[in-house]
Amino acid sequence: MSQAMPSAQTLPQRADGKERRVLVEVTDLKKHFPIRSGILIQREVAAVKAVDGVSFQIFQGETLGLVGESGCGKSTTGRTILQLYRPTSGSVKFEGQEISTLKGEELRKMRRKMQMVFQDPYASLNPRMSVGRIVAEPLVVHNIGNRKERDERVAELLELVGLNPYFVNRYPHEFSGGQRQRIGLARSLALNPSFIVADEPISALDVSIQAQVVNLLQRLQNELGLTYLFIAHDLSMVRHLCDRVAVMYLGKIVEIAESEELYTNPLHPYTQALLSAVPVPDPVVEERRQRIILKGDVPSPINPPKGCNFNTRCPVAVDVCYDQDPELVEVLPDHWVACHRVI
Amino acid sequence: MAVAEGAEPISLKEAERPRSTPIADAWRLFRRNKASLVALGTIITIVFIAITASLWTRLGLLDARTGVDAMHTINPVNQAQQDSYPDPGVCARDNQDRNPYWCGWLSGDALASVQDTYCFRDEPVADQRQWCYLLGGDSQGKDWLTQTVYGAQVSLSVGFLGATMSLIVGLIYGVTAGFYGGRIDNLMMRIVDFMYGIPYLVLVILLQVFFTEIAREYQDQERGGVVGFVLDLNKDMGGLLFLFIALGSLSWIGMARLARGQVLSYREKEFVEAARAVGASNRRIIFVHLLPNIMGPLIVSETLAIPGYIFTEAFLSFIGLGVQPGTPSWGAMISEVRTRGGFFSNRHILLVPSIALVMTTLAFNFLGDGLRDALDPRLRGT
Repeated sequence: MSQAMPSAQTLPQRADGKERRVLVEVTDLKKHFPIRSGILIQREVAAVKAVDGVSFQIFQGETLGLVGESGCGKSTTGRTILQLYRPTSGSVKFEGQEISTLKGEELRKMRRKMQMVFQDPYASLNPRMSVGRIVAEPLVVHNIGNRKERDERVAELLELVGLNPYFVNRYPHEFSGGQRQRIGLARSLALNPSFIVADEPISALDVSIQAQVVNLLQRLQNELGLTYLFIAHDLSMVRHLCDRVAVMYLGKIVEIAESEELYTNPLHPYTQALLSAVPVPDPVVEERRQRIILKGDVPSPINPPKGCNFNTRCPVAVDVCYDQDPELVEVLPDHWVACHRVI
Repeated sequence: MAVAEGAEPISLKEAERPRSTPIADAWRLFRRNKASLVALGTIITIVFIAITASLWTRLGLLDARTGVDAMHTINPVNQAQQDSYPDPGVCARDNQDRNPYWCGWLSGDALASVQDTYCFRDEPVADQRQWCYLLGGDSQGKDWLTQTVYGAQVSLSVGFLGATMSLIVGLIYGVTAGFYGGRIDNLMMRIVDFMYGIPYLVLVILLQVFFTEIAREYQDQERGGVVGFVLDLNKDMGGLLFLFIALGSLSWIGMARLARGQVLSYREKEFVEAARAVGASNRRIIFVHLLPNIMGPLIVSETLAIPGYIFTEAFLSFIGLGVQPGTPSWGAMISEVRTRGGFFSNRHILLVPSIALVMTTLAFNFLGDGLRDALDPRLRGT
């Protein structure tokens, strides 16, 4: 387990001096989906660069928010970290262990420690399985306990997420969206994971239910010491829930900082534009809110622009932006930005 | 405080009421469609009669299945041999004169009016064998009711076995292609595309001709090995084995396409991804997550395909390439109209097997309709 040895790099000091332990470390992660063409013999003609060189760390016990507009690669990042998609290149380390090269049984063991909560509560539960079977599935797959023990564990999990344990024999179609999301959460908690990727877990729910699920996520984090990667596009919910926030644009992270820092002092022009779109629940402030309207559309991830990915829409782009891809650099303590104009 | 904020309180009483499982739900939906309920009843009746046919024969209600035992002296009682078909209701003697059973019911004028046509003036010797044709018979003296009942055995086994075989082969093929995707999928589906280009009926006929030729070639030789075994088996099955092979050769391709499409639509669903995320094996994903979800439309489509198999069998038997001569089959019965006087003078020759055929296929169509309502609710009413 030499990989698991803590190094100076995996034990960064927080701004306030408190020690943090890195749980997940992603380095230069790339996921390209090939586009093939041809009738029988298919050649790769292009690739969708869904995730194109992403690096960040997730610390034990924190919630990292991942925001960005549709199609920027947020979900792909989450799924590639969990090895649901195998990365094209780059490394994903979990508790110091490289998992992007794991296969078969080793990967299966690793999956116990990291789980996923899905966006669509209607698609994420098998309609032909009872709630009891759905929640018990991870236990069955990993051959944990006998039937009776599993039943007990399922009842315990349902209670944990706020559902009546008597629901075990019901089928998903008998539940509301919020209840289904709780069932999905119970399933992902069955194996006692330490890390959960929540892929827009609340965007398919209506607002009153969103609050319930978010509170449940927070309570579970406190009780079970979970670490979240929270993928979302609801910026105010991210601000409420997350310790740190990473902003993605076209397969790359453009800015990553502590939540309050990012919202009060956004440095990347894209982050500024994104945050300027958040309505403020105060009519006076809302009146004065300056919206930065970006021109144009997101370029195709098949053929991203040369230089900075954002240069086609950036209001402050200069020559260097069309030539060189900016590195993600720490401009303020714990505040990383990838922009030539910020340094 | 184990219960999360906002969770609806549920009383135990409510939680304990019987839950609806997917199968119970499907049955509830199926019951709503009255036509398909009737169709289900019809099919169960036909299947029951077909399975118990030999029992009826033993009880004397039906004639023997095939062969000399099934043939009686064709000439009906006292009737001049105008044509050789016994009409419905007519009784035939077996080389012995005997009155039909109902002659005893008549008396006086009634008896006089039918005398010399159906009944003898003098009561013939009792205890002689005779046979009454309820639905008529053919020129060889075969009872048409008996032939229809035994023909149902052939039609139903062709329908069910054809459907089962095409479902199994198509399912394995389509699920493999859809699940593994990529190059495998591409290659497998091109093969299917190619097979779609082959005219179905022509291939089936050619295969049947081929099998017949092989059977003829081996007729006089000492049989042995696999070929001999298959030929013997086919003979024991009355020619049905080769019929199944011919029918099954192409019928699975539609099912393969459907199964592949279904797998593709479910493969990327989040619950499949959730199963992957917990480390479920491909086998588990296919059998636990995909199959139960894709089976509905496949079963519906296969049920609706059963009439097609029955028709194809009837057609092949009609042109003499189906079951072996002597095996009762609706198609072979209908082909009897081609003999002299079969069409105009003796409607029962055509009508009896045709009605049986139409009733069966209609019942399967309505059953498929009801199954679609029950198993594939999105397509209701289409």
